[in-house]
Amino acid sequence: MTDDELIWRIAGGSGDGIDSTSQNFAKALMRSGLNVFTHRHYPSRIRGGHTYVEIRASSEEVKSRGDGYNFLVALGDSFARNPKEDAYYGEEEIKPLAENLDELREGGVIVYDSGLLDTDEIENFDERVEENGWHVYDVDLRGIAKEHGREIMRNTAGVGVTAALTGLDTSYVEDLMAEAMGGDILDANLNVLHDAYEHVQEEYDADAHDVAVPTGEHDEEQVLVSGSHGIAYGALDEGCRFISGYPMTPWTDVFTILTNLMPDVGGISEQVEDEIAAASLAVGASHAGAKAMSGSSGGGFSLMSEPLGLAEMTETPLVLVEAMRAGPSTGMPTKPEQADLEHVLYTSQGDSHRVVFAPSNPVECYEQTRKAFQLAYDYQIPVMVLYDQKLSGEHRNVPKSTFDEEPNPSLGSTLTEEELEEQPHGETGIYHRFQHEGEEGVSPRSIPGQSGGRYLATGNEHTPEGHISESPSNRVAQVDRRNEKIEAIRENLDADERQREYGETDAEYGVISWGSHSGTVEEAVERLNDDGHSVKGLSVSEMAPFPKELVAEFIESVDDVLVVEMSSTAQFHGLIQKNLGQYGEKLSSLLKYDGNPFEPAEIVEAVEGHGSGEELSSNTRFEAAAGGD
Amino acid sequence: MSAFSAIGEERDVAQDEFTPSIEPQPTWCPGCGDYGVLKALKGAMAELGKNPEEILLCTGIGCSGKLNSYFDSYGFHTIHGRSLPVARAAKLANDGVEVIAAGGDGDGYGIGGNHFIHTARENHDMTYIVFNNEVFGLTKGQTSPTSPKGHKSKTQPNGNAKTPIRPLSMSVTAGASYVARTAAVNPNQAKEIIKEAVQHDGFSHIDFLTQCPTWNKDAKQYVPYVDINDSEDYDFDVHDRRSAQEAMHETEDALYEGTVLTGRYFVDDERPSYQEEKRSRGDMPEGNLAERYFEDGDWERSYDFIDRHA
Repeated sequence: MTDDELIWRIAGGSGDGIDSTSQNFAKALMRSGLNVFTHRHYPSRIRGGHTYVEIRASSEEVKSRGDGYNFLVALGDSFARNPKEDAYYGEEEIKPLAENLDELREGGVIVYDSGLLDTDEIENFDERVEENGWHVYDVDLRGIAKEHGREIMRNTAGVGVTAALTGLDTSYVEDLMAEAMGGDILDANLNVLHDAYEHVQEEYDADAHDVAVPTGEHDEEQVLVSGSHGIAYGALDEGCRFISGYPMTPWTDVFTILTNLMPDVGGISEQVEDEIAAASLAVGASHAGAKAMSGSSGGGFSLMSEPLGLAEMTETPLVLVEAMRAGPSTGMPTKPEQADLEHVLYTSQGDSHRVVFAPSNPVECYEQTRKAFQLAYDYQIPVMVLYDQKLSGEHRNVPKSTFDEEPNPSLGSTLTEEELEEQPHGETGIYHRFQHEGEEGVSPRSIPGQSGGRYLATGNEHTPEGHISESPSNRVAQVDRRNEKIEAIRENLDADERQREYGETDAEYGVISWGSHSGTVEEAVERLNDDGHSVKGLSVSEMAPFPKELVAEFIESVDDVLVVEMSSTAQFHGLIQKNLGQYGEKLSSLLKYDGNPFEPAEIVEAVEGHGSGEELSSNTRFEAAAGGD
Repeated sequence: MSAFSAIGEERDVAQDEFTPSIEPQPTWCPGCGDYGVLKALKGAMAELGKNPEEILLCTGIGCSGKLNSYFDSYGFHTIHGRSLPVARAAKLANDGVEVIAAGGDGDGYGIGGNHFIHTARENHDMTYIVFNNEVFGLTKGQTSPTSPKGHKSKTQPNGNAKTPIRPLSMSVTAGASYVARTAAVNPNQAKEIIKEAVQHDGFSHIDFLTQCPTWNKDAKQYVPYVDINDSEDYDFDVHDRRSAQEAMHETEDALYEGTVLTGRYFVDDERPSYQEEKRSRGDMPEGNLAERYFEDGDWERSYDFIDRHA
């Protein structure tokens, strides 16, 4: 944790527009030279409910949400329920203020909309303010908004107040507004911004508190992207021009981004009747010669088991993405969890194989989605990118040059008509598409419409020409060849580093994580080392085929290992043990499944108290290693 | 030069070209209606001058799914009920290919019913042949979506309590722009209908009555049949949706009363295909998408769009 950071939280009701406001504010901070990281908390509700976006900004690198926050802008909830419904929803109107107080740091700043909120309705408000040394600014944000425009613009008023109280140059905000809107709406928003800013300058002493916008500078131009952008852009740069899907939170983000890009890049997007169709369309498009992708979240992905198996058996290249949310069944649609790991690794009948990547940040999303396409089209196998609600929506700045990469539209192990002539054919000209022998287990494919390439693709076991067969010798030859691809892919993956190791090389204690909270674990490890502990961390991205040797080396190098994951049944721990059974006595677990992502302090606490048997202070659970320690 | 030289190749095509060398003799039961579909399809494609390498035949699972083991072309034997989503995407991605989907009545009207409704609704430019034998054959005779009410089978021992589905009515309501019923016992009509269906721009649905002598012994052999377009007893306009729907309704009822009515029921030449609709909205490239992967040329990349995030 650095003191020189702003963690700004804007809270209101779902539908109050805090999402777009916070996006712009994050961009403004990024443009001012800071590193930013956003965290969005929202309920699975249509309107109203307690929702906020948090932006952490620092001159240092930011890899995670922080512990708590230090600046609150509490808007009134314009979608609050009728008071008669109090019994169920509680006092909704005051929630943007009341619900956020527990996590506000000592000395923090509170700006609230006095046009809509009354602190008298909040229990012990004044006492709590005094106790925690909070600085409270009541501003009639709604009044300012209404005076110059419409009530919804109280977001902008909140930003104006923030700028005045933290010393942010409003020109960054003004530029972003001018880029997003024009005419009367822009004028009104600018008036709201300025009026709010000036009001605070006239009425208050901004030096009364210690929270300020830090100053920073970037070495190169930055862009603000989410994990969903990373995945979508990775697909685009690999020549993906066919996307099919069915809406489901949180996968919808990737689907939407790619759908909007497709007309500009000569591609096709299909929103279809269900997820069986979605994945089947991707199989059909890939079979017919396009680079295709589909995806969903847990429930929708359940429906994709069938086409996933078909793609594997017919050796049709297929890339699927799965955005996890808390389950089972409908679960908690807008909350992150990592409990679809086993679902994604093992669904589909038979001895089935797939490659599964689990990126931990937007850059890894980009790189690993690109790798997913390369492996899918080279090895003719389903490749999955597994991420979650957290990574899907959190934005952070990355160098713009990350995306300055050459596109790769190659169809991989696909033949041209000229190349097909050199390949074996049956007596009437059927192409031997599924030859028993192939380099790295791959038998190159043809595309419908090519002369000299016809064959039958079938989900049944089949001969080299694709003819259905239950011959034992053919069966063994085909299974062995398909299995060989996985070994070849494991070797291929070893050529690059996709697992991230950090902390002290010769540490005594290790923390292993996967996916979206790896940045949070990394921050925790840094803190632990700063406090004199000896810790290192490993973030694993290759779920299948699993990087056994590398993980074994890591476990061997330390005395104890804590496996951190958002799952109640320790699925990732189980995956490690399935691959590396001999280390059971070394592996403990830290589990969280309350719907909220880890905070660094929760991991720090678990490591410090390792094996002490003491109760953890938050909704996390420690499970000691099998042998006990 | 096209990367797909088989597409649009101008040459005479012999019916025998569609007979595979590996398993020229199908394993369907003697007397099975599926032979009739195979013969009509071969004849239609040869007469249309379509060669084996510009055709993609996508099937589901069942006796009907064996079709592409006996029809030599590009084939995709998919999974039960899923031939349509695979087929229509193949057509979108590589639109020069002649895409034909085929499956049984359980496959198309039961497990794949949702795909059937939506593919028809979207009016994809392709042909769908449903082998309708009123029973599940491959799994040994269970009641299917088109089995008559009262049909007894091992899974419906007290007789089917369900009214059979109305395939033609469902198809036209969903949006198919060419709807016909033919029968295996009427190979010439079947061939002509397949030809029309393939040439039609939009979703063509053929409900193909295929007698099952093994598991549906009680059922009719679909003879005698009446060609509803030729018969003087029936008078309706295939271009008029309302009168077509009346004829379909009557045809569906008549089948279970022992009268086999066949023919063209609905033809809408005005409605644009899904491909045309998408192209008119800029939602689909003008050229063949798959072709682009074989051509030299620049590809757009994310960096072209990245400034929106700056």
